Amino acid sequence: MKALLIAEYKDGEILGSYAELIGFAGRLGAESAMFLVGNKDNLPQYDGRLYLADVASCGEFDPDGHKQLLLETIEKENPDVIVFSHSSYGWDLAPRIAFAVGAAQVSEVVEIVDGNYIVPACNAKLQRTVKSGTEKCVITLQAGAFSLPDDPTGTPEVIEMNCSPAARVEFSGYEQAEQGGVDLSKSEIIVSAGRGIGKPENVTLIADLAEALGGDYGASRPVVDSEWVEHNRQVGTTGQSVAPKLYMACGISGAIQHLAGMKKSDFIVAINTDKDAPIGEVADVLVVADLKQFVPLLTEKIKSL
Amino acid sequence: MKILVCIKQVPDMESKFKIDSENKWYDSADLAWRMNEYDEYGVEQAVRLKEQVKDADLTVLCIGPDKVKETMKKALAMGCDRGVHLVDDAISAKDPFTVASIIAEFARDKDFQYIFTGMQSQDRGSAQVGVLVAEMLSLPCITTIVDFEYTEGKVTTRRELEGGVKAVVSVSGPAVFTCQLGLNTPRYPTLPNIMKAKKKELLSIPVEEIVQVENKLQTEKIAYPEKKGTGLILEGDAGELADQLISILKEKTGVLA
Ligand SMILES: Cc1cc2nc3c(=O)[nH]c(=O)nc-3n(C[C@H](O)[C@H](O)[C@H](O)COP(=O)(O)OP(=O)(O)OC[C@H]3O[C@@H](n4cnc5c(N)ncnc54)[C@H](O)[C@@H]3O)c2cc1C
Repeated sequence: MKALLIAEYKDGEILGSYAELIGFAGRLGAESAMFLVGNKDNLPQYDGRLYLADVASCGEFDPDGHKQLLLETIEKENPDVIVFSHSSYGWDLAPRIAFAVGAAQVSEVVEIVDGNYIVPACNAKLQRTVKSGTEKCVITLQAGAFSLPDDPTGTPEVIEMNCSPAARVEFSGYEQAEQGGVDLSKSEIIVSAGRGIGKPENVTLIADLAEALGGDYGASRPVVDSEWVEHNRQVGTTGQSVAPKLYMACGISGAIQHLAGMKKSDFIVAINTDKDAPIGEVADVLVVADLKQFVPLLTEKIKSL
Repeated sequence: MKILVCIKQVPDMESKFKIDSENKWYDSADLAWRMNEYDEYGVEQAVRLKEQVKDADLTVLCIGPDKVKETMKKALAMGCDRGVHLVDDAISAKDPFTVASIIAEFARDKDFQYIFTGMQSQDRGSAQVGVLVAEMLSLPCITTIVDFEYTEGKVTTRRELEGGVKAVVSVSGPAVFTCQLGLNTPRYPTLPNIMKAKKKELLSIPVEEIVQVENKLQTEKIAYPEKKGTGLILEGDAGELADQLISILKEKTGVLA
């Protein structure tokens, strides 16, 4: 078994997620090689062959160019499995590679059992076991599913590659998230509103509870996308990462991207009408209740303590 | 300008899912169905583009059994001009490669300038179909867009990356876009538009007439994930629950102490 691991580089830096790819190859018992469009001065700690193309000449985002480089690498290495992170880079590039090499793609792998891949479905309420019907297989890994206990070690044997930018699309730079406003990462108590609040007026229920507890309020993404709450209060992969003493998730289902931003909280309380909501997997206490009734009651009781 | 938007009908994610008799997918009986959330953003963007360029023809495409027409009618009421229903009762057994092959085969030689899809579906979450369609049609593709601006034949988008960072990416000429949450605010169809939509063309074509390919992936089985959650579940009267929660918070956390 041979694996090709696709490391990522963004905004001048190699991303630490490459360690999870190594963790996965270890789990498979596979021999591996790594691929990176990056920089010689910023190499992964890795004990193996690294196919390296220079980001300055190849561009950080050029799907056609990166695809070409990867196909050359695949030709040299002939891997059985081509492994990406389930990230913006991975889900952009993985299907292009799968199509080019005629391989099946399995997205968001969380586990391997007897050579089959386990992937979540329906907001992690179900779990599918899937099998690749092609010789080669492209997969993307759910963040955190194959973490290594320690930092990887080793110095890679670098094989330099040259690219010819294809650029049917033009990448003209990054925009950082708006700064300022609330810095939830410093809050000790956070009460967050999810789509279950139903309408914008109900944000006050959540804000009032947060105030009664002496904390701040946050929100899940749909609440922010609907502009009920400003973006700098969003918790999750594309929002803030928080680790308060107490996190209360009100009307939040517990999608992986939300969990990624809050599961390091010391104590997690979820309030949800659905007893089976995936948030129950990380919650210390799941209160099965309608938040519109429960939250104001709780706020009153706390105020009168 | 010809525009195509691809949508999928999915169950409400708050449903209680039952596993089907073959142990391969969820049972589709007794579920409430709606448009895949990511596709709603695609429909809205396609309609806005049509409104902006005026001279445009916007087709909404959906693969599935007869009941997907309900979801297609919403897209028509939001402003799509015509619907193409690729009739397929077995769609849930098909993998992203097969789904993309059907869409690409339908779109081939039809001169769509822009094709919109959701970045993923809410039930499968594979995030492959849009990109595969683009590859099959040899079109450039910009994934996970949260912003779309059209000016004189050039489209400038913002792709969402992790940590709130966005990449500014533009393209000229025909292209495929996969839409991420927050791209826009999808409109609610108004009553007059719902009435108008009833008169719009909704063509049904059996999927076998489009293309027949084989899945590259097989589902071996489906199961409920093992519950690892070790937390306490509280149920009952709201007032009592509030008292219980307060004493837990006092006992287990520094809060309220
Ligand atoms: C690339 C990418 C990045 C993302 N980044 C983020 C991110 O940073 N942060 C984020 O949060 N999401 C993010 N998401 C979105 C994520 O996948 C989910 O869509 C989102 O977290 C769902 O938000 P929610 O739980 O509030 O809503 P839903 O999933 O709709 O859940 C609503 C919950 O409320 C419950 N409910 C309904 N009514 C009531 C009531 N009256 N009382 C109590 N409970 C009720 C329901 O049972 C349900 O569990 C991202 C998605 C993608 C693809």
